[in-house]
Amino acid sequence: MTAASQAIALSPTHEQAVAGDRPLVNYAIIRWHLFAAGFSLLISMAAGFLYSLQFVGYYPFPDSELLAPGHLRLIHTNFAAYGWLVNGFTAVMYYAVPRLTGHRVWSDGIAKLIFVAWSAILFFSFTGYLANRAQPIEWGETPTGFRPGTFELNWVPVDLLIVVGAVLLIAQFMVPLFKARQQKFYVTLWYFTSGLVWLALTYLMGNILPEWVLPGASGAAVTGLFIHDLVGLYVTPLGWGLMYFFVPLILKKPIWSHSLSVIGFWALAFFYPLGGVHHFLISPIPDYVEFGAITTTIAIEVVVTTVVVNFFMTLRGRWDALRTNMSIRWFYAGAIMYFITCFQCAFQVTWLFQKIIHFTDWVVGHAHMIMFGTFTFWLFGTIDWLWPRMTRRAWYSNALRGWHFWLSVVGIVIMFTDLTAAGLIHGFMQRDLNPWTDIIAAEVPFWWFRTAAGGLMVIGLLCLLYNMRMTLKNDVPYREDDHVLQPAAE
Amino acid sequence: MERLYTLIFAAGIGCFLVAFVLSMVFPWMSLDSYHGMDYQTLEDLAETPSAEFVELSESYPEAFSEAFGEVSSASYAEALQLGRDIYAGQACWHCHSQYVRVVSNEEQRWGPPSTAQEYQNALSKPHLWGTRRVGPDLAREKGRKTNDWHVAHFINPKNVVENSIMPPYAYYFSDEGVPKREGFALITYVQWLGTTYTEGSSTP
Repeated sequence: MTAASQAIALSPTHEQAVAGDRPLVNYAIIRWHLFAAGFSLLISMAAGFLYSLQFVGYYPFPDSELLAPGHLRLIHTNFAAYGWLVNGFTAVMYYAVPRLTGHRVWSDGIAKLIFVAWSAILFFSFTGYLANRAQPIEWGETPTGFRPGTFELNWVPVDLLIVVGAVLLIAQFMVPLFKARQQKFYVTLWYFTSGLVWLALTYLMGNILPEWVLPGASGAAVTGLFIHDLVGLYVTPLGWGLMYFFVPLILKKPIWSHSLSVIGFWALAFFYPLGGVHHFLISPIPDYVEFGAITTTIAIEVVVTTVVVNFFMTLRGRWDALRTNMSIRWFYAGAIMYFITCFQCAFQVTWLFQKIIHFTDWVVGHAHMIMFGTFTFWLFGTIDWLWPRMTRRAWYSNALRGWHFWLSVVGIVIMFTDLTAAGLIHGFMQRDLNPWTDIIAAEVPFWWFRTAAGGLMVIGLLCLLYNMRMTLKNDVPYREDDHVLQPAAE
Repeated sequence: MERLYTLIFAAGIGCFLVAFVLSMVFPWMSLDSYHGMDYQTLEDLAETPSAEFVELSESYPEAFSEAFGEVSSASYAEALQLGRDIYAGQACWHCHSQYVRVVSNEEQRWGPPSTAQEYQNALSKPHLWGTRRVGPDLAREKGRKTNDWHVAHFINPKNVVENSIMPPYAYYFSDEGVPKREGFALITYVQWLGTTYTEGSSTP
């Protein structure tokens, strides 16, 4: 960490930091993005929960075309990615980038425009999915707005809107980064800078090439790369940037090893995008491409280990923070699940595992572990830390903070274990040529557990949202040491 | 290593491009140019209307002529495209895969393994391979079931598969069980899947 950025980030008066005659950080826009993030997550998780009811035979709207289960599935994943994670990470960048560079973002007017653009993206995606306008690209189902293969409009071109939104977002944060180009950047900014560049490139690649240029197998190579890069080159860098910012800030000590930070970042940048094709293994995509993807995916496990070790060594000597500080508890719970998911990935990417687990719920469990158990946990930890500072009020209820944490942890652990087991059963029954109806019958009990686990997670989220709402009305003002939970003994 | 331009150009653009070339340009070159695979437009695919499409027009003459008019290459193309769009928009591809692998006894269950050539067409742009098999794979669905089976199944899957968890699509059919335009299109598309597979074509 450079001395300058460390001083700004850790300065006791950073709440009052100014650039010229204006406050350094625009808190109003952070509140708006946090609100949009929370709202999107509620929609996403409600849609996911309802969708899971289809699997156990209790879907509440069987006769509705608008609310067909397939539409809710699209809303579930897209609101998690483009609503919850993008808004959440944008809020974090508004908080961290001016602090680390010492410069304001480009413009408060642009900030409003970005917020409106992303809200429009979410609105027109939502309505587009209900109207059957999804584009069949996993994680990129956002409507192109054009009839396939033509330039006739049949919906609002959401893909173009996302490009506009992403370009504005990049410009907004590149301005302070550019002003600080003479500095050596702190780790967080490595991840944020390249994450922004990757977001634009990834989105353009994944939404243009398979839709307009490349059919079939070569298109599949691109969509595989897109699924992978969106998680690996946008969500992961933003997530780790967040961790590198908040963990030292809250623990009031520097990251353990700068070398490991450097290795972790550059190895992620190099190895991560090479693994894209592993989403379509043993497919008509040429085998040499698959082998390359498998090898680099296993290499990523090494990267992950360096970063996770770095963070746990940072925590050494401050283990009490897991008990006394809610944000640290969220962050490290997320880091453990990150490690588990990536460790699992190094195995499941091999053909040996793929034969059985591809096409099964194993993969669904894996995806939930990383998107909810890791990145959502990290944003929960961030909200726990930011919300009292944003509102200048103490948390309304510490009990609800605890309920939120434990319901989420228990929920995701049950869901992951349950879906992994269901995936293995499905995979082996499929290999052993059991009738398809028998496979479904064998999976239904697991799907019940999945729905129950999802219910716990939704209740946890409601605890958070209610707590956030009541905090707004709380008369107790926020004090700097408030985010420290009282030790159990006192 | 820790300055803006290195991060933008080396990490941001450089690493992205390396991966882009290795995992996208290379497969595209070997699939498209090297093996010289032919691309089929929608018109190519719809040149000869399928037997199933003709049969639909005979089974439901009034509803069919209202929806698509006469059986022709043009109306077949229209039905295929609409069926594919519904298949995409209803996220059917999130529960039904469209490729057969050479492992896990898949060729015994579904039929011959997929080749790259069979996806070189307008209806596979973007491809609809899917990554999850809640329901059966559909890559070899053509002719596996009759049109009547599909009508009964789309109206309520439990009509024909007792413990099916597939949602009903009754709104694409009239109360008497006659397909609407979307119903015809969906059945036409599903009955088309596998048409482009030709024996002897190999996976590169």
